[in-house]
Amino acid sequence: MNKKLITVILSGLVIASLLIGFVGCGGTDPLAPQERLLVATTTSLYDTGLWGYLEPMFEEEYGVEVDVLSAGSGIALEYGRRGDVDVITVHDKPNEEKFITEGYGVERIPFAYNYFLIVGPADDPAGIKDMSPQDAFRTLYETESGKFISRGDDSGTHNKEKKIWADAGYDYEAVRTSGAWYVETGGGMGATLLKASEMGGYTLTDMGTFLSFKSDLELVPIVQQGAILLNVYSVIAISPESDPSTNIEMANNLIAFLTSPEIQELIGEYGVEEYGMQLFTPCAGVEPTS
Amino acid sequence: MTELWDGLVTALKLIISLDPEVMAIAGRSLAISATSSTIAALICLPLATVIHFNKFRGKRTLINIIQTMFSLPTVAVGLFVFVLFSGAGPLGGLGIIFTPAVMVIGQVVLISPIMLGLTISALSGVDKSIADTAVSLGASRLQMAVVTIREARFAVLAALIMGFGRAISEVGLSLMVGGNIRGYTRTITTAISLETSKGDLELALALGIILIFIALIINIVLNRIQQR
Repeated sequence: MNKKLITVILSGLVIASLLIGFVGCGGTDPLAPQERLLVATTTSLYDTGLWGYLEPMFEEEYGVEVDVLSAGSGIALEYGRRGDVDVITVHDKPNEEKFITEGYGVERIPFAYNYFLIVGPADDPAGIKDMSPQDAFRTLYETESGKFISRGDDSGTHNKEKKIWADAGYDYEAVRTSGAWYVETGGGMGATLLKASEMGGYTLTDMGTFLSFKSDLELVPIVQQGAILLNVYSVIAISPESDPSTNIEMANNLIAFLTSPEIQELIGEYGVEEYGMQLFTPCAGVEPTS
Repeated sequence: MTELWDGLVTALKLIISLDPEVMAIAGRSLAISATSSTIAALICLPLATVIHFNKFRGKRTLINIIQTMFSLPTVAVGLFVFVLFSGAGPLGGLGIIFTPAVMVIGQVVLISPIMLGLTISALSGVDKSIADTAVSLGASRLQMAVVTIREARFAVLAALIMGFGRAISEVGLSLMVGGNIRGYTRTITTAISLETSKGDLELALALGIILIFIALIINIVLNRIQQR
């Protein structure tokens, strides 16, 4: 008797919530069979709102349901390797090239770039303002006069940070274990910026995420000059040889879409009005050099 | 403190204005968790009855194992389900990773031990003479089980509510196997986690308050029914 009653209550709940939930979604009914394109993206393209801006346009043009997973470049590449997504947008050139060589991706196509910068508290306790990125890191390591907040999550930004340490002549393992001044958050760019602001520390960030979070932060740009700070975003379709079930056709449509002149123009204009400067510089299919 | 206040105000505004995105997220949370609770209940109630009314070697050990699994970390279950259903995994061919379906499966795995263990406890709490009386009056084994469950109904319902509560409040599993896709697998908890990482603490708090409202309403409804 009571078992029945409980079952009836729970089924009632399911039906009621299905009605609220799925009717409320309007148009994105997950039960309807619709073509899906799974995209894994680096957090910076998501947290700045660029994906949220482009997604409906692409969905309308191609009549496809785009599902965007926001994760660091490291996880995005891993999803690609496992065949869980159809296409990735990332910013980690060395690992992207490895990904292609290993046969997981078709081709690496750069579509936009901006620059990384080192941000920190306005009073600049370590006195590294306007140094080269390598010298700034060297000063932080040698003097320990300021905290450095690292992503520590194998993301594109984290790998860029490692590259700067290597370029400055340090072994990264030695750096990360050298003391309390070096802090690893293991979180996304936004979370790391908030933590750096909270702790009055320095961090390496991409320009887009920094600008979109700026109003919540007590951080200012400290180091912005240096060829090493170039940050290139590229799109890679997962190879059908690596994952036969991948939606290569729609992935190619996405690449064509992102590199089309109209969308390139929109990417270049994205956020200009809101932040007073360009977040992303379009570079359809061509590797920027500086 | 102002953040807490702002969060409350934002929550009320979102609820009163029936903000479509927030309503959809809340409805999705409810739908996924209610589905997984129902499935888990349909598995656990009969299973608990079978375990309770039968004597077998290792029964105590089995119950110990079930109770240990109350503390399964949600991320560990998430990782297990992810590896199983991801493209490269043994069940990858189903292609259900990053869908609500796989979130339901994960939640069933997560909450079944709690429902099972607490239902067994509930049945153990019933005076054994009731079952004996039923049998002496000529009840079949099934009728005896039904009588005992009816006697334990409050504690059984509490077991189900506990399971539902764990399902709707967990975040690690949903994030890992659902992927927090907007309009598809984004639930209240994964939205809270995203908004927090984006620095929108107000909206994150508001969503948390909405989650508590939902839990409150469900508990009121279930208690009403229980008191009848």
